[in-house]
Amino acid sequence: MKARDDLSPGGHAAGGAVAAPERVRSEGARVVRAGFIPLVDASVLIAAAEFGFAAREGIALDLVRDVSWANVRDRLAFRQFDVAHMLSPMPVAAALGLGSNPSPTITPFSLGRGGNAITLSTRLYARMQAEADLAGGETALANAEALAKVIVRMKRDGEALPTFGMTYPFSSHNYELRYWLAAGGIDPDTDVRLIVVPPPLTSDALAAGAIDGFCVGAPWNMVASERGVGRIVAAKQDLWPSAPEKVMATRPEWADSHPETLSRLIVALDAAARWCDQPENRDALADALADARYVAAPVDIIRRVLRGEFTVDPQGSQRVIDNYFIFHNNLANYPRPSKALWIYSQMIRWGQIGHSAEGERLASSAYRPDLYRAALGPLPDPADDRRIEGAVAGDTFIDGHVFDPSGIPAYVAGFPIRVADAAPLSRDDI
Amino acid sequence: MSAKPLSILVIDENHIRASIIETGLREAGHEHVTVLHEIVGLARQIEVIVPDVIVIDIENPNRDMMEHLFQLTRAVSRPIAMFVDRSDTASIEAAVEAGVSAYIVDGLKKERVKPILDMAVSRFNAFSRLQRELADAKSALEERKIIERAKGILMQMRQISEEEAFTMLRQTAMNEKKKLTDIAQSVVTAAGLLMR
Repeated sequence: MKARDDLSPGGHAAGGAVAAPERVRSEGARVVRAGFIPLVDASVLIAAAEFGFAAREGIALDLVRDVSWANVRDRLAFRQFDVAHMLSPMPVAAALGLGSNPSPTITPFSLGRGGNAITLSTRLYARMQAEADLAGGETALANAEALAKVIVRMKRDGEALPTFGMTYPFSSHNYELRYWLAAGGIDPDTDVRLIVVPPPLTSDALAAGAIDGFCVGAPWNMVASERGVGRIVAAKQDLWPSAPEKVMATRPEWADSHPETLSRLIVALDAAARWCDQPENRDALADALADARYVAAPVDIIRRVLRGEFTVDPQGSQRVIDNYFIFHNNLANYPRPSKALWIYSQMIRWGQIGHSAEGERLASSAYRPDLYRAALGPLPDPADDRRIEGAVAGDTFIDGHVFDPSGIPAYVAGFPIRVADAAPLSRDDI
Repeated sequence: MSAKPLSILVIDENHIRASIIETGLREAGHEHVTVLHEIVGLARQIEVIVPDVIVIDIENPNRDMMEHLFQLTRAVSRPIAMFVDRSDTASIEAAVEAGVSAYIVDGLKKERVKPILDMAVSRFNAFSRLQRELADAKSALEERKIIERAKGILMQMRQISEEEAFTMLRQTAMNEKKKLTDIAQSVVTAAGLLMR
């Protein structure tokens, strides 16, 4: 493991120059092709490429913008990408054989937390105000309960039920939207209709009345509220502050055949993530993100999104969400298996799969803290990899439930709203 | 070989490319081909058509919507993305490279689907080639127009012949190590700024 020495932070600058040629021969050229979707939560990858963190590790990070998560998944599977910006549930779904092209996918590094929000049309929000006397500053839970009242009335009057957009069947947005609805007493499968809308199209779809709300990443919630068509009723932080968001994913085969490159990439991403969290770097980050090659959205909106300064409604009401984006702090990059298991619990809750010991093992295997530690050092302690989530003050779930990874069936059964009989895990679903 | 004819759905926002593929499929003897240009009402269409194979361009952001659809319903029974034979990496790469993706009802025999995919790939490629050639031809035409205009400006301002104007442009391009069209463009731009 002589190569490991020059990977330790601080030590690689001197050693890297000597060792690099040998590795280039053994692992091939150090160009790493990374697929991404234009979203603010791709910041760490974009910063690594734009601000020299990848180059410092001898990696040419070639970012390739894509249009759909299905494409990202397929192009990673079919070797057009070496690594990819992915939704945190995608590697878990792949491990469980869910979706239409499940192919082995792992994540050794999370790209941070936060960034999502739930936005409703101003039309629907006005009905909630009328129904539940909302003044505007209510909590996310109170907003969900107000929506529940509106839906009761809609059903009584025989109106069409609301349609909400999210991004992908195996997305944090799907599970977060469902979590929020269910916390307010709304059954996401029978009381509303959920459809998939590509993020850049969400505010148009809301304006056109094709959808009545959506859960999506930044900057699209703020884009809708700035346009005067949407009202932000919940942020990811309101649902569960340390909920997993995007990850950097790769194929296990690529990780096995490029251990040095992967290690260096993780070191580069870790440095980039640290940089992204520094308030003084946020303007430079916003400028880079706004570029047409990346997110291609107005720079002032991206700046405010990064600061968590929200215009929640067309009247200009402000809400500041502390730590709306965390790219590095509080171990935001650590791919903790308890997060994979929480995602698995939500897949069970909504009938995407049934519970089994084998399913638990597979779900957890998609998250690879061992690779994170191999690149960045021995912490955090693997003993906490299956820790209880949502039990610490300041990091609780909106409905007060606590997730214990060692008791997934009981945790799922504890939700009053869920799909009753989830289909059992069967490998022929692949 | 008396298997029931395959029902094929082509989803492509590009009308020209879609019809190129449709023609190809019909020429290959497939009669049950449906072409959709937009995703509105897709779920219902799929229920009606019950396609065995869906061909979709990968630049279409609505692929994620289809993934959700397949997750929700069994309208298309057990669709699987893309490729019939995972071991056939060459055709997989060719398809991704060409920008085409497919969903195929599980259980269909590889021999029946592969020609469809191969045909879609070659038509996608032919279409890109056509577009490239068209773009090249267009820009060649544009370049020639700019050079003509620059020549005209020089002839008028300096009272010189067409040949002298062209020589002047070419000489300047050589001296400044720039493309002839770049010099011509700056003449046109400068004239636009200076005259009137």
